[in-house]
Amino acid sequence: MAHSPFSPGVTAGRLDADAYQDNFADLHPALDPHEALVAADRCYFCHDAPCITACPTDIDIPLFIRQIATGTPDAAAKTILTQNIMGGMCARVCPTETLCEEACVREVAEGKPVLIGQLQRYATDHLQAQDAHPFARAAATGKMVAVVGAGPAGLSCAHRLAMLGHEVTVYDARPKPGGLNEYGIAAYKTPGGFAQAEVEWLLKIDGISIEYGSALGADISLDGLKAQFDAVFLGMGLGGVNALAIDGGDKDGVLDAVDFISDLRQARDVGALPVGRDVVVIGGGMTAVDAAVQSKLLGALNVTLAYRRGRDRMNASVFEQDLAASKGVRIMTHVAPVALHGDGSVREIEFEYMNDDMSGTGQTVRIPADQVLRAIGQTLEGDGLPALEGGKIAVTATGQTSVDGVWAGGDCAAGGDDLTVTAVAEGRDAAMDIHARLTA
Amino acid sequence: MADLTSTFVGITSPNPFWLASAPPTDKEYNVRRAFEAGWGGVVWKTLGEAGPPVVNVNGPRYGAVYGADRRLLGLNNIELITDRDLYTNLEEIKRVKADYPDRAMIVSIMVPCEEEAWKAILPLVEDTGADGIELNFGCPHGMSERGMGAAVGQVPEYIEMVTRWCKQYYSKPVIVKLTPNITDIRKPAAAAKAGGADAVSLINTINSITSVNLDSMSPEPSIDGMGSHGGYCGPAVKPIAMSMVSEIARDPETSGIAISGIGGITTWRDAAEFITLGCGNVQVCTAAMTYGFKVVQEMISGLSEWMDEKGHTSIDDFRGAAVPNVTDWQYLNLNYVAKALINQDLCISCGRCYAACEDTSHQAISMSDDRVFEVIDDECVACNLCVNVCPVEDCITMEAMTPGTIDPRTEKVVEPDYANWTTHPNNPAATTAAE
Repeated sequence: MAHSPFSPGVTAGRLDADAYQDNFADLHPALDPHEALVAADRCYFCHDAPCITACPTDIDIPLFIRQIATGTPDAAAKTILTQNIMGGMCARVCPTETLCEEACVREVAEGKPVLIGQLQRYATDHLQAQDAHPFARAAATGKMVAVVGAGPAGLSCAHRLAMLGHEVTVYDARPKPGGLNEYGIAAYKTPGGFAQAEVEWLLKIDGISIEYGSALGADISLDGLKAQFDAVFLGMGLGGVNALAIDGGDKDGVLDAVDFISDLRQARDVGALPVGRDVVVIGGGMTAVDAAVQSKLLGALNVTLAYRRGRDRMNASVFEQDLAASKGVRIMTHVAPVALHGDGSVREIEFEYMNDDMSGTGQTVRIPADQVLRAIGQTLEGDGLPALEGGKIAVTATGQTSVDGVWAGGDCAAGGDDLTVTAVAEGRDAAMDIHARLTA
Repeated sequence: MADLTSTFVGITSPNPFWLASAPPTDKEYNVRRAFEAGWGGVVWKTLGEAGPPVVNVNGPRYGAVYGADRRLLGLNNIELITDRDLYTNLEEIKRVKADYPDRAMIVSIMVPCEEEAWKAILPLVEDTGADGIELNFGCPHGMSERGMGAAVGQVPEYIEMVTRWCKQYYSKPVIVKLTPNITDIRKPAAAAKAGGADAVSLINTINSITSVNLDSMSPEPSIDGMGSHGGYCGPAVKPIAMSMVSEIARDPETSGIAISGIGGITTWRDAAEFITLGCGNVQVCTAAMTYGFKVVQEMISGLSEWMDEKGHTSIDDFRGAAVPNVTDWQYLNLNYVAKALINQDLCISCGRCYAACEDTSHQAISMSDDRVFEVIDDECVACNLCVNVCPVEDCITMEAMTPGTIDPRTEKVVEPDYANWTTHPNNPAATTAAE
């Protein structure tokens, strides 16, 4: 170990190998069969259950939990996957504490919800551990659909369309499928190559081909796809990142949190990833927390998550905030960056304290920073897209865009809350609408 | 602190909690541990005739039914009477009784329905110094195929005959243990009384198959791919036992005979309930087999605390207190009208009451868009199903309507007077003309 957390600057190898392994292990280890039965027994099988309502994909949670409790985890998995083909990933990354588990009546009754997310993982893992796919394709329709983006929205859409008998071609700019599941989610939430394994499993439905290295606007065009296919679904996510428009915002040591996370996810050896001694992450969403926590896990000595409003306004859930705090991340609120200082490389970041109404207080504070990660929002990139709304593609409830024959969903579409589970729901619903159109 | 001392057919024990004749009381080691743990008495596991002991199966003897979280609700067994030598048992009984003179020591016996068999064993038991005997006329499996156990308990004439022999050849109290595998429990109880029994104890176990293995198609517990019915016990049988106890307690022909209550007694509350239905004491087995002998400590402290709270100073203060309130359906007050009431502060909005009422009962609970569940008094027949399925204790209660008010379901005034089916105008056999 050439370096330690105390080594100044941005450097790799701050920890020993065992520490890296421990730090990036499963955040929530899988339930074993006994734990799953104990957890499942707590479900009350509510009528018109609030957890179902809270789930963006409307998974029949009481039913799948009862199926686990009665010893049929594969039947439980089918219940889940029928509604949400990426139920395995969602079980790992969903902010269940603000969705199904927040709505659980046992949260109301005892402050301890049924472990819905972990039970979902138990069921889907059980089924996916077998080398079989539970869904079969309908008779071929002869229709062809293009899907742009092999992330949660695109793959969900593609799977449903393939299941309904259509031929699907998925185009993705990256060399691997999965989108944010593969490139954008904290490593400790989906270790063991799960994102790729899930895609491989999903593709067993057959009828889906993926073209990698095909970016919309560069390698393929919307007009071209429209001409070639019977329908087009856009699910390419948000490719751009908001810039940090402050003095010194271009100094060395400043990078996008999404790139930092992507590099980490793709790294074979996280110990080879450089990280600062004093890391400052700017932002208040899930990406900011993922970047901050992982900086700490890579061995940064001090990690500060700086957000311009109060904690109650952060997009990151309370669970995520608490996770960050438990890993030693300091959360600074009511601070907006005004300048980066340093000779070539950043050495300090200067903030102004902000009032609740976002007006500056005039008071400033400088803290050490040899690495600054920007997590202040992503933007939709591209020309010739359907009409936008608030910077994203405007869609109807079933994903139709302003262009006839073109649907959109996931982060690139307006509405929703930029969650994996929402993207899956939007892809699925758009597929059903496309199917209705193509078979009308 | 309330005095839990129990005197049952003249046998005194420091508390009314006896261990029933079963595996926990099969030998000296266990019984000494039970007494050390605080049990008031034991009924030693059933002794058979002298000679080669019975042989048990060498595979699983027990099967179970579970509730949530694998809580054991029902247990069945195919174990026979003691498979240890008669004289070994007798020596142990004598030793333990000598060392624990304040505890009740009852010896359970099952020998063939022949006078000579009873005449032979009773003096041996008498010699142990035990306080009394219990006649095992209840075991429903194995021994019954050999003309003993439930095979005797199902024929009142045999019960009376054997009981008479016992009273003739044994000087101390005779308790007759009854099988529930019979249509009318009062008949064997009356036979025992006629034969001179000092008490009956009930219930023994109920014929049962707890599960079927869907791979091997064998009933469980499975012995090499085959199963036979066992005897069912544990919390699940308590309601059956209490009903049978109450029948004996309130029937003129059997009332007055001492009753030792058995059947799913797991907590002090269960014990108290059996006692209010006329039992002089209770016997426990499954609770001890599930949790160990220590459970008696909760039974002792709980019963004592409740007695203090109610001002009872002895078991006799409340023994049989509920018997006058056990009646036939035809005497229930049809003018009593109640309505379910949901406490919105306690409600956790699970909607189970709604599902139960809407799908299977009277459509008397409404559900709003924001999951507020309320009782529709116009429809509520007070069936109690919502109370039973609600996961939160006391969240839903049954509230009696005040006489003089109008029941919105029937639009009739709630009458203050008692009136039952025997006088109801809809009853073709009404004994009194309706107004």
